[in-house]
Amino acid sequence: MSAARKFWTSLFNLLTELRQPGRGSSWLVGILLITTIAMSAANLLLPADSPLYVSTYTITLMGKYLCFAMLAMAVDIIWGYCGILSLGHGAFFALGGYGMGMYLMRQIGDRGVYGNPDLPDFMVFLNWQELPWYWFGMDQFWFAVLMALAVPGLLAFVFGWLAFRSRVTGVYLSIMTQALTYALMLAFFRNEMGFGGNNGLTDFKDILGFDLQADGTRVALLLVTTLLLVIAFLSSRAIVQSRLGRVIVAVRDTEARARFLGYRTERYKVWLFVYSALIAAVAGMLYVPQVGIINPGEFSPLNSIEVVVWVAVGGRGTLYGAIVGALLVNYAKTRLTAIMPDAWLFALGALFVIVTVYLPSGLAGLLQRFGGQQNGKSASVEAERESSNKPSIGMREVNA
Amino acid sequence: MKQLLLSGCLLFCLLLVSTTWAQSESAPAAVDGLLQQLTEASLREVGSVVEQLERTGGESMRPLFETMLAGDLYYHRQTGALMAVDKNAEGDRIGRDVFSGADLGVQSRRDIKKIRVNNRLRGQLRDTLARLDLRHGSTAEQRAAVLAILDELTEQNMRLLQRVADTDVNGELRELIGLAEAMVQLRDSSDRVVRIAAIETMSGRLENPVRNQLRRVVNDERESDAAVKAAAQKALDRIDGRMAFFGSMEQLFFGLSLGSVLLLAGIGLAITFGVMGVINMAHGEMIMLGAYTTYVIQQLMPNAIEYSLLVAVPAAFLVSGSVGVAIERGVIRHLQGRPLETLLATFGISLILQQAVRSIFSPLNMQVVTPAWMSGSLQINPVFSITFNRFYILLFALAVFISLVMILKKSSLGLNVRAVSQNRNMAKAMGVRTELVDAMTFGLGSGIAGVAGVALSQLTNVGPNLGQSYIIDSFMVVVFGGVGNLLGTLVGGFSLGVANKFLEPATGAVLANIIVLLCLILFIQKRPKGLFPQRGRAAE
Repeated sequence: MSAARKFWTSLFNLLTELRQPGRGSSWLVGILLITTIAMSAANLLLPADSPLYVSTYTITLMGKYLCFAMLAMAVDIIWGYCGILSLGHGAFFALGGYGMGMYLMRQIGDRGVYGNPDLPDFMVFLNWQELPWYWFGMDQFWFAVLMALAVPGLLAFVFGWLAFRSRVTGVYLSIMTQALTYALMLAFFRNEMGFGGNNGLTDFKDILGFDLQADGTRVALLLVTTLLLVIAFLSSRAIVQSRLGRVIVAVRDTEARARFLGYRTERYKVWLFVYSALIAAVAGMLYVPQVGIINPGEFSPLNSIEVVVWVAVGGRGTLYGAIVGALLVNYAKTRLTAIMPDAWLFALGALFVIVTVYLPSGLAGLLQRFGGQQNGKSASVEAERESSNKPSIGMREVNA
Repeated sequence: MKQLLLSGCLLFCLLLVSTTWAQSESAPAAVDGLLQQLTEASLREVGSVVEQLERTGGESMRPLFETMLAGDLYYHRQTGALMAVDKNAEGDRIGRDVFSGADLGVQSRRDIKKIRVNNRLRGQLRDTLARLDLRHGSTAEQRAAVLAILDELTEQNMRLLQRVADTDVNGELRELIGLAEAMVQLRDSSDRVVRIAAIETMSGRLENPVRNQLRRVVNDERESDAAVKAAAQKALDRIDGRMAFFGSMEQLFFGLSLGSVLLLAGIGLAITFGVMGVINMAHGEMIMLGAYTTYVIQQLMPNAIEYSLLVAVPAAFLVSGSVGVAIERGVIRHLQGRPLETLLATFGISLILQQAVRSIFSPLNMQVVTPAWMSGSLQINPVFSITFNRFYILLFALAVFISLVMILKKSSLGLNVRAVSQNRNMAKAMGVRTELVDAMTFGLGSGIAGVAGVALSQLTNVGPNLGQSYIIDSFMVVVFGGVGNLLGTLVGGFSLGVANKFLEPATGAVLANIIVLLCLILFIQKRPKGLFPQRGRAAE
């Protein structure tokens, strides 16, 4: 009894420490690294009948979750810190994924069903004679990675530049991001696009010469994912804690005031948007080899909006909250869809409603409330209070 | 087209058979001998038998010819009795009296023999039926018959046409017959003046045979008369010009039809968005609820499908409207002034509603019946027709739009709604019950979405994903037109619809959709507040 109590208090202490920007985040990094290394070791070193053995399925699942966590973090950076609610981040994720998918497709070589050394199966099936120009160079890993970063980055830049320069904000911006991903989904569903139509890219064999089905490759992918997540997390934390980060929060809270003080707010927004899109693209690149497929479904608006709920559950404006939220919700999704598939949309919908109405600052806010006020309020919660007291700028604009 | 008309006639006639012919029990006595010949004649002789049958039997022989044309005419080997034979679901051959339609029971394969028809005979039968139509049919059937005859201008047919022209007085029919005469003159006459006059008559006509004949004249190398050729070319150009014109008219109509759907879908959103600043992501599901209400109403009144839509419109308004009020009271009220949060919360609600419909009805599409008065089309000329369902929906959308404008301009609710949308706090201070107005506004917007669902159920499949496919489009309409501006929604809806349909032939439907979306994204850069932004103090 007392042992259990001790466990809960220590867990609680751990969680309360998590909300402190410095130490809590380090804790999260530590936990992530240790967990994945332990899982990897358990998968590779232990025999399959050992009670501590971690199956390859679990490894892959964990890798997938971490990719989602990275995507959620990307959304959190611009939504939580800059107030831009992007309902289209799935587009950057999917574009990154398609970049990696094209590379993996080219690695299949003549092992496809039709055995064509140059053309992927779906092109043979559609009677294409040669690779379209945008597939050239995709058999080189470095080039594919470059493109998988450049394309979403460029898209984010152009879109952000157009949108922020003309001061599209609030709900309008959200709808436009959603329309963007919707348009891309329609485009990628077309067979003529040269990306496999509604089947997408699949049937991958190996990456950089390693068999994708092998346990070792799976573990390596998980470790790389963890490492990149940690790097993205640390760099994002560095950004939001720097002076730059404070300007960004100022833009979120009252953009007009920041502009009057002389900040070119649209530039901050554009570059943060591009940065966030790049992280999403990296997440997509890591996601594809682990899941083994990329198709236009990833562009569907529902997927992008789901990411927002992960962030909202974890607590926006706290980078670790996005990660924790993504892991929790996805774990719940895996379990729930296995037990009762029909209930998942009910649960997700209820989660949307409950979190927005009752938990506006997510689990992180919940911790805050239980932890008392002694550590001072974080910027996000303060902004939340402020915005609920008075009608926000967005509201007035929408009212217009 | 001709096929369609013919099969339409056929259906109509089958109906006639089952009603009128039910009284007379068997074949008319005068033709009994000829009918017997039909069973004994060789394939070559059948043609002349059919001719005689037409002369003696006339209109009463129609079911026989139709059965024969369909290849369903058989006779009994022993008794020699003619019968129509259909296969039922089990594959049994069921005999049916050709004339009375009386059931003759299951026939064994050995007992019956088919009366064979070849292509030549089929052509003859079609001509015969067309002649019957000309003599005895309704105006529409006569018209169809003349059109069919235009394809095959034999001397016999022409004589028939002239006979009809002498008796009949219908102006349009006479014109068509004149057209047929002109075509014959162009073909057979050697007089240049007559031929050019014939071309003059033909020019501007959109019937297919006319165009084909003119093209033959233009391309015919043996045609030596240059003046005739030039006249034919000119007439052909004129026809092509008219066809292009009516083709774009048809596209315009389809565009307006799509626009009316977008208007219906967007207008409810415009209200809630404009007045409350609330993005209702569940708006698409309100449309879906309206469509499902139509389905349920039709299930409840299967014997009065004709009136089901009239019941469904108010019912859908009530269902979607009350769900909307519930959403407002339950969720949106708690999120005052946080538009992004309402967006998320209502998205959650949309997921719940979709899954609820999926669990209650099934994930499959539901069949909603189109009442007879809404099906069919108005044929303005051979290349341009207006389908009734789309036409009614266009009218309906305009009616909804006008009544909504009336509500907002004339009623006290409208006054309050406008006051709240302009300055919520001031309205509150003046004693407007803003909370009640919010609930009513949301109910109104959702109710109109439900009504839109009734209209949509007549155009697309009714399924759980119905709403999703319209939500982004309706947002675009609202954003394009300018938020809170009903006129903007009207213009936005129609212009997006028309733009979409005019792009479609060049690019394909999906690409047209994408291009319109991208243009909109660019448009919003230039005019973030839409086509008709609100001006004055309220605006910023």
